[in-house]
Amino acid sequence: MNLKLKALTKSIWVYHMSTGSCNNCDIEIIDMLTPRFDVERFGITLVGSVRHADAILVTGSLNLKAVPRIKQVYEQAAKPCVVIAIGTCSCGQGIFKNGPNCPNPVDSVLPVDIYVPGCPPKPEAMIAGIVKLIGKLKEKK
Amino acid sequence: MLKHFFNLIIFPGFLFTALVGLAACWIDRKLTARIQWRVGPPWYQPLVDIVKLSVKEITVPAEASRELFFLSPLIGLSAVTLASMLVWLPNIDPTSKGFSGDIIVIVYLLTLPATVVILGASASGNPLASLGASREIKMVLAYELPFIISMMVPVIKSHGLLRLSEIINYQALNGPFVWSLSGIIAFIVMIFCMQAKLGLVPFDASEAETEIMAGTYIEYSGMLLAIFKLTKTMLMVVLPLFLITLFWQGFNFLSIWKYVILLVAIILIRNTNPRVRIDQAVRFFWGKMTLMAVLAVLLALKGF
Repeated sequence: MNLKLKALTKSIWVYHMSTGSCNNCDIEIIDMLTPRFDVERFGITLVGSVRHADAILVTGSLNLKAVPRIKQVYEQAAKPCVVIAIGTCSCGQGIFKNGPNCPNPVDSVLPVDIYVPGCPPKPEAMIAGIVKLIGKLKEKK
Repeated sequence: MLKHFFNLIIFPGFLFTALVGLAACWIDRKLTARIQWRVGPPWYQPLVDIVKLSVKEITVPAEASRELFFLSPLIGLSAVTLASMLVWLPNIDPTSKGFSGDIIVIVYLLTLPATVVILGASASGNPLASLGASREIKMVLAYELPFIISMMVPVIKSHGLLRLSEIINYQALNGPFVWSLSGIIAFIVMIFCMQAKLGLVPFDASEAETEIMAGTYIEYSGMLLAIFKLTKTMLMVVLPLFLITLFWQGFNFLSIWKYVILLVAIILIRNTNPRVRIDQAVRFFWGKMTLMAVLAVLLALKGF
């Protein structure tokens, strides 16, 4: 394993992008930073600017207004940057499957690297998702 | 010549200060986590963050002024490197005498990191960054006044010495300044100014993450952000050591506890206070802190 990949996987800075969610997933994401789960022990922190991010967490059902914005946000991120879809809505549109205002699944707009389903997913599920993502990145290299 | 180069780049200068700073940064994060009942990051986390940032892509905004955008982090880093060498050498190397007036040079060098943050933020062409830059300008104006007034106290008490090594010798003969009334007041003022210079809570309005999204650093990424982080990390070593040198009889490798006490004071102030608004910060520094600094200078003139 080379140094670059090791550094990238040991210090994942996360940018949080809500594309019209009900805020439940967002609250669960904040839960990951609380004393009970404390993902800072793996070097994961929330950052304010997408320029600093190594991972973009997408929550919500991606409504029409959010499509150009999330594309812009992804283009602004410094690469390498992974995209994680959090919650049933952003994984497979959930109950908004036939909704008129959110016809695009997230993975038709962005290259999603890993899906964490659940409504909302538990913090344990998100941590498991990140572990699987790190394994996948190490395999791909 | 070669010795000076070695001093600047490796031993007390860049490399050593950066390593000590990364350790201090880890202590900061770990202690913060323990205060919040969390576990906290492993010891190598600050180093891994720097390495990771330096392998990432550098994005430059289309509207940015490229030269200033690239130059400003480098100027800040070189200023802190020079300041670290000037602060370390009189303390650990008895043959090094410094030069007359070096505390003035150090004060100017320690102002440069804030200045280049303002320059870089203005060069990036982002509205939130310019908001952060305007807050940073107000903050610099606010804390420099009590900082410089309270720096007059050691100079007055040592009867006009402006050389760091001579101030240390004077304190070795006559006792540290911090144990006199004027000294302790000026030292407390300096601790608050140090907190603002480091850009930590409660005086971090210019990079408030929850309101203006990292403010001045918003457009920086990759290596340039790593250099800014490294500058901050090194300041976390240089500023407490500068204070110890001025007020607390200097230090050597046995008196590391002085540095640890100051570091813990910084971390505790940081964790027990909410972020203040910029007008509150200016009122705090130009009001209470300046009054205390002037009082300390008057007391020092009277000989207390």
